[in-house]
Amino acid sequence: MDLKDLYRDVILDHNKTPRLFGRLDPADSSADGHNPLCGDRLHITVRLDGDRIADLRFEGKGCAISVASASLMCEAVKGKQRSEITHLFNEIHEVLTHHDAPIPDDLGKLAALSGVREFPVRVKCASLCWHTLNAALEHRAEPVKTE
Amino acid sequence: MNANPKPVGYDVERVWRDFPILARQVHGKPLVFLDSAASSQRPASVIAAVSDYERLHHANVHRGVHQLSQEATQMFEHARGRVREFVNATSTREVIFTRGTTESINLVAQSYARPRLHRGDEILLTALEHHANIVPWQLVAEQTGAVIKAVPMDQRGVIDVANVAAHMNERTRIVACAHVSNALGTVLPVREITRLAHARGAVVLIDGAQAVPHQRVDLKALDCDFYAFSAHKMYGPTGIGALIGRESLLEAMPPWQGGGDMILTVSFEKTTFNVLPFKFEAGTPNISGAIGMAAAIDYIDSIGIDRIHAHEQRLLALATEKLTQVPGLKIIGTAPDKAAVISFTIDGIHPHDLGTILDAEGVAVRTGHHCAMPVMEFFNVPATARASFACYSRESDIDALVGALGKAREVFG
Repeated sequence: MDLKDLYRDVILDHNKTPRLFGRLDPADSSADGHNPLCGDRLHITVRLDGDRIADLRFEGKGCAISVASASLMCEAVKGKQRSEITHLFNEIHEVLTHHDAPIPDDLGKLAALSGVREFPVRVKCASLCWHTLNAALEHRAEPVKTE
Repeated sequence: MNANPKPVGYDVERVWRDFPILARQVHGKPLVFLDSAASSQRPASVIAAVSDYERLHHANVHRGVHQLSQEATQMFEHARGRVREFVNATSTREVIFTRGTTESINLVAQSYARPRLHRGDEILLTALEHHANIVPWQLVAEQTGAVIKAVPMDQRGVIDVANVAAHMNERTRIVACAHVSNALGTVLPVREITRLAHARGAVVLIDGAQAVPHQRVDLKALDCDFYAFSAHKMYGPTGIGALIGRESLLEAMPPWQGGGDMILTVSFEKTTFNVLPFKFEAGTPNISGAIGMAAAIDYIDSIGIDRIHAHEQRLLALATEKLTQVPGLKIIGTAPDKAAVISFTIDGIHPHDLGTILDAEGVAVRTGHHCAMPVMEFFNVPATARASFACYSRESDIDALVGALGKAREVFG
């Protein structure tokens, strides 16, 4: 178990300076995510262009993993089609939850999160933003909870 | 440090060696266990007592005429006697074994409060309660139309007695509060609160989960109506604890759960209930747990609870001094009268990240909301890290914690 593998420079950078941080107003859709165990809270706003995410923002408070994961996710999905986002979600989910899953080339910077899988209790921190984005895309009203 | 001299002859290294688990390693580092407020470790004597019971004496209690059943019954009832002595309760009829503090409080909420509360009656809590002393009352409030009020705390995490008095009125029926706050360490003025409540005709329940491992508890002196605690926070097993209740109140309360052991006679027309304390102990109890709990009390007595208290208070003062020097560290909960619990935050590092980094260094602390979300809300933090001390905690544990915090600072630059 190597801390350097969890807190990689990319993670620390995105935690310190989150990208696409804030709130879109007006937005086509939004959702809240909450991890009651550690108190992480996220709010994601999305502007859609047909089946594509034209723009999005996130705001909230959380640990370095949850903030960096949300920041990296927002960068990765901006401008992408729903089908591409689902594909990314499935890939990152596989990487986070399977110890020996290969890291796909098209993950890009998201691959920096792969160290989280060595720390099972932190997987929820990394996945909260993805579940919250899903809820926003499906226009679910209930806040997403990881507990 | 003069205020907290080393207790004479307190051999912490010897105490430490009594706890086999403390010698293990975590992630290749020696374990530094600073999460005793969540659950303490068990000494070899407790492990042996449970194992000895399982190997040699186990049978169901209060039932058989055979030898093993008699031995098990005798050991189980001896354990009840030890619990009574430990908190100086009046009689073993007042000592009810439960699964722990949470079940004890739920028992009182459902069996004492629910039949008695009317719409508009008030249940008075404090702002620093553990969820276990909030949610059972919310359930009963919903069932009866009673109202819950909470006495606020100040910025140090102190509950002021005058403020408690100000929140009582002619509708106050129950006052339920912690003896010691699990999240902040605050010791509450429970004796004064009990007196005030009794003067108003209200009944008092005290959540003693965080008090019994750290200080002498004398229920005759305290005079509260109900006192709840768990074995696993005082070096005993999980899944066992006690509710100590005033006999006259327990007598008047209906049973909480039905089943074997709590009855005298059963027919399909009518059941007569057993006497105290068995009326509240339906089903086969946690026999080995009770025996382990008694062994934990024996262990505490072998050191002396007052000496444990002095030892922990000295560590609290030392740790407070050393942690205060850590850059960006803020202690949450600065009551003048505290148990050996230190909640803290560090600027720029989320408690959850701290927990992971400390763990990698072998240092176990609790991070999160400590089952006290209203407390986190009050101090406007999502969570804190919490270091808590026990009889086996050493000065070197504090140094290891401070060292690991330095490591966290390194990682986060």
